[in-house]
Amino acid sequence: MIKRLVQCIGKYKKHTIATPLFMVGEVAMEVMIPMLMATLIDRGIEAGNMRYIWITGGLLLAAAFISLYFGVMGGRMAATAGSGFARNLRHKMYYNIQNFSFSNIDKYSTSSIITRLTTDVTNVQNSFQMIIRMAVRAPMMLLFSVVMALSINAKMSMIFLACLPVLAGGLYLIMTRTHPIFRRVFKTYDKLNNVVQENLRGVRVVKSFVRGDYEVDKFNGISQSIYDDFTKAEKNLALNSPLMMACIYVCTLLISWLGAKMIIASGNNPDIGMTTGQLMTLITYVIQILSSLMMVSFIFVMLTMSRASAQRIVEILDEKTDIETPENAVTEVKDGSVDFENVRFSYAARSEKDCLSDIDLHIPSGATVGILGGTGSGKSTLVQLIPRLYDPTFGSVKVGGVDTRKYDLVALRDSVAMVLQKNELFSGTIKDNLRWGNQEATDEELIEACRLAQADGFIRDFPDGYDTWIEQGGTNVSGGQKQRLCIARALLKKPKILILDDSTSAVDTRTDALIREGFRSYIPETTKIIIAQRVASVMDADVIIVLENGAVADCGTHEELLGRCDIYREVYESQTKGGEENE
Amino acid sequence: MSNVNRKNDAPVRPPMGGPGRGPRAFGPRKPINKKTVIRLLGYLKPYWPRLLLVMGCIIISAVASVSSATFLGRIIDNHITPMLRQAAAGESVSYGGLAVTILQMAGLYVLAICASYFQMRIMAVVSHSVLKGIRNQMFEHMQSLPIRYFDTNTHGAVMSYYTNDTDTLRQMVSQTLPQVVSSAISIVVVFISMLVCSVWLTLLVLLCAFAMMKVTAKIGGKSAGFFVNQQKSLAGLNGYIEEMINGQKVVKVFNHEDEAKEEFDRRNDELCHNATSANKFANILGPVNNNLGHIEYVLLAIVGGAMAIGGVTNLSLTGGLNVLTLGAIASFLTLSRNFMQPINQVAQQINFVAMALAGAERIFGLLDEKPETDEGYVTLVNVREEGENLIETAEKTGIWAWKHLHGDGTLTYKKLEGDVVLEEVDFAYEEGKPVLHDISLYAKPGQKVAFVGATGAGKTTITNLINRFYDIADGKIRYDGININKIRKADLRRSLGVVLQDVNLFTGTVMENIRYGKLDATDEECIAAAKLANAHDFITRLPEGYNTLLTGDGSGLSQGQRQLISIARAAVADPPVMILDEATSSIDTRTEALVQRGMDSLMHGRTVFVIAHRLSTVQNSDVIMVLDHGRIIERGNHEQLIAQKGQYYQLYTGAFELE
Repeated sequence: MIKRLVQCIGKYKKHTIATPLFMVGEVAMEVMIPMLMATLIDRGIEAGNMRYIWITGGLLLAAAFISLYFGVMGGRMAATAGSGFARNLRHKMYYNIQNFSFSNIDKYSTSSIITRLTTDVTNVQNSFQMIIRMAVRAPMMLLFSVVMALSINAKMSMIFLACLPVLAGGLYLIMTRTHPIFRRVFKTYDKLNNVVQENLRGVRVVKSFVRGDYEVDKFNGISQSIYDDFTKAEKNLALNSPLMMACIYVCTLLISWLGAKMIIASGNNPDIGMTTGQLMTLITYVIQILSSLMMVSFIFVMLTMSRASAQRIVEILDEKTDIETPENAVTEVKDGSVDFENVRFSYAARSEKDCLSDIDLHIPSGATVGILGGTGSGKSTLVQLIPRLYDPTFGSVKVGGVDTRKYDLVALRDSVAMVLQKNELFSGTIKDNLRWGNQEATDEELIEACRLAQADGFIRDFPDGYDTWIEQGGTNVSGGQKQRLCIARALLKKPKILILDDSTSAVDTRTDALIREGFRSYIPETTKIIIAQRVASVMDADVIIVLENGAVADCGTHEELLGRCDIYREVYESQTKGGEENE
Repeated sequence: MSNVNRKNDAPVRPPMGGPGRGPRAFGPRKPINKKTVIRLLGYLKPYWPRLLLVMGCIIISAVASVSSATFLGRIIDNHITPMLRQAAAGESVSYGGLAVTILQMAGLYVLAICASYFQMRIMAVVSHSVLKGIRNQMFEHMQSLPIRYFDTNTHGAVMSYYTNDTDTLRQMVSQTLPQVVSSAISIVVVFISMLVCSVWLTLLVLLCAFAMMKVTAKIGGKSAGFFVNQQKSLAGLNGYIEEMINGQKVVKVFNHEDEAKEEFDRRNDELCHNATSANKFANILGPVNNNLGHIEYVLLAIVGGAMAIGGVTNLSLTGGLNVLTLGAIASFLTLSRNFMQPINQVAQQINFVAMALAGAERIFGLLDEKPETDEGYVTLVNVREEGENLIETAEKTGIWAWKHLHGDGTLTYKKLEGDVVLEEVDFAYEEGKPVLHDISLYAKPGQKVAFVGATGAGKTTITNLINRFYDIADGKIRYDGININKIRKADLRRSLGVVLQDVNLFTGTVMENIRYGKLDATDEECIAAAKLANAHDFITRLPEGYNTLLTGDGSGLSQGQRQLISIARAAVADPPVMILDEATSSIDTRTEALVQRGMDSLMHGRTVFVIAHRLSTVQNSDVIMVLDHGRIIERGNHEQLIAQKGQYYQLYTGAFELE
């Protein structure tokens, strides 16, 4: 895990290494300054020696300025390294997410990804900065101080050395008890985020069903469990500071008592025992030792808190996409033919039931194919295999005569335009959204595509035309308008294969017919695969595929199917004379 | 990928800003806002007894640490030195006095350790209680906000209030506050000790402290500004990620990964820049103040030494005018260090404070959003029928009535029937851009009323008005003869079942999602509703049947299956009026016919509004309204409209003349 994170430091390695080095400088000065101060008092002030005060004062000032320089530089380096590290983490995570296949995406909830990219990264960033500033500083401080203390009085130093295992044991206990709680808390945070997100998105449902109170209860429950866990964890962490204080105080008192005895026994003689001055310095060092230990323990606390976050980040970094461009990939799609050869598919490997079974289909380039089938019959699943959004569990899917798994993904998906059933527009102008299809599209091309998709008319009716601002999710255009914008966006790719997954359900029949008419006359070479509920949307197709429970029930032209396929006939009749039937 | 469930026929709002436009709650950055601080402190009020306790604990700790600073000096001066003299004089040395002093100190230390532990524990509880309170209040308030708020704010940014902003608050409440209090107490104690020693030197220290504060304000102010920016860019990034991850499948289909990365990198770099600057200033604050302390120390030593050597008269608080002794200077120097330290510590906290306050301002921004207004006073109650009279009752009778308290003090009950009347209704989402003109319609209980029309004709808008997601500009809508403005919104909505085209499911099992329509529905009722909606079959085929966990807005289900669940959800509520807004648009017509049969039997004798593009969905309606640009241009049943040979006829035949 740590290795994985260290890799993300990247170009901030310089800063990461420089920070502790500056810290060493600062520590050296900080150890020197108390000594200078002590001599300033002892030999300058107590002796009433003004000259000495000036000299030592000057030295002190110089030390202070050096220390200031090191401190400031260290701080600046640490800031750059920390923020840069966080930036790289987010960058790498996000880039990996962009590589995610559909099944990877299905695995994480949006809210969980957001928490990982923001809160978790911030946690890790804070500890990282802390570590590079303190990880060297604290041990150095410890080392210097221990050496100084030992040099003053080795025997007395044993006292605080005895404290160390107690302290370490205590800290270890605290850490092991709190870590699982923190890990749990972050999961709960995901849940909280999820409820907020669902409520933001589903506000109309919540309001329609008057479920505000219910949602509030749900939220409060989660909020309460966050409260419970956090207080529990922090109550454990609350032991940390008293433990430290106890060690410092016990040492101070013991050293004072034993030191006093020693001083008196030796008659304030440094050669046999110790002096009062030495006692004072010793205590200063003891405090310095223990406060550097305090820093170490603080680092541990930070680590505990961020370990859970780090694990969640690494999970994303390590998530392997299961769909990748192979080596020596084919980069050109020859034509728009599509072949399914004995394809079986299920979303989860362990699931016993296949979503698609024994699909064997051959669609010539330029054909118009209609797909019809009941709810959940596998229509969307079928077409999602064409741009390789998922891989078939068994069998192969070929586009332009080549297995989809052999293609360069970008090349394949550039040739296959798909309008998803659940489509999204993004915040930006209409033009921005359309250009998703083709970054370089000229205004004329945009308008052309919109004409084909029957969107030009309503876009022009907007006061700002093609510059109309679309809200997140396209909430300020109607369902039918959204679908037509999505079709236009797909058309701009000038694809070899165009897949419409129930993309005209909110468009009225006449517009729907016009759209298909446009396809026929303007993009005859493109293979058009149209999933629809309306028979009218597919009846003029070259071939219509009827799906039932994940298998092809029949396929043929409208007339053929009317003659021999019961399902098709039933659907057709329900739509043409459904009215009379129900009357 | 989840879709947003919003008004369908809403008009386009003109662009209000460029990309990266954040939620409105972000105002221009203000310096530390007193009002925010006071409001924030208000949240601590309920915990004052515990905070008082914490205050006590802090005082004990502070006293212990101050007396610890002088402890060694005291034992050396009071015990060791005299004892040494005794020993040198050959007298017997008694350790009793020293032991007592050390034991006294030990007692104080034990107290301080306990105090510190309790302070941490109590603060953990208090700070998280405060946070929980704020979180819950935010969510509760969010529930009361009008639809418009949700239309105009980025979801990711709102989510950031709940996580990033409350997190900074936690830091402030649990760490900064106690730190500031304890430092303040130390400062006061040490200040008095210093005055006791020497007034002149204290003035010098104060001068240095003032310089330190100036520097802190300068550096800290810069750093705080960047920290606020950091939180702002974090919220922006949050919003961007939320939108992109939700549309991730579209991103993939369009090979749009590189563009998505580009914009992400831009925002990420912006955040990195702000974070770097913020932390740079924050990190140098410590060394700068620390070394200012050293400089002050040297100054003090020189001035003090000169004063002592030159014999300048000293002024002390207790001793009046006297001569400054060298010993006094030595202890004054120690004191001055103890004075500067807490000041430095408080200075370090200034960033957290600024960050937390910026977060608090955003949170308060949400809390200050005006909630949906509701002047409704007519409520929906359970009644019992006794002859002609309706008697209000607490038990669940299945018969509902509107409880109407009139202006003249009389109370009437009107049975809930589902009679909806629109009279000359005009509506505009934005002033001057009317969407509906002069809409009048009558829907009697038992009738099925359909709206047909091109997209953008205003069909969904009508239903949005009936359940009062928006309020009409002119005209009247009556429900069972009562103006809907007089009906409490919650009760009005409870009496309407709505199925929207864009389905929103919640994390939970299928059963829980159906039960959302009626929280006290039994499993049997839910299954019956699912059967009615023709969802039963596919649900039983799911891996765990009704107990299958749905996550990510039901991402494992097809659009049609999700619609079936949402119909079952509305069916279980069993409302007198049902609005089906493109509810079956993704369901194949065969299944739709079955669903319709089920719904028709359920809604027998009740009012149904149907919106659909598919004419087969609306053919059997009692009355069909053809809408065009916000006006009803034709009305009648299927046969009448066909006979009229108007727009409906064209739509109907238009679909089939393509053959």
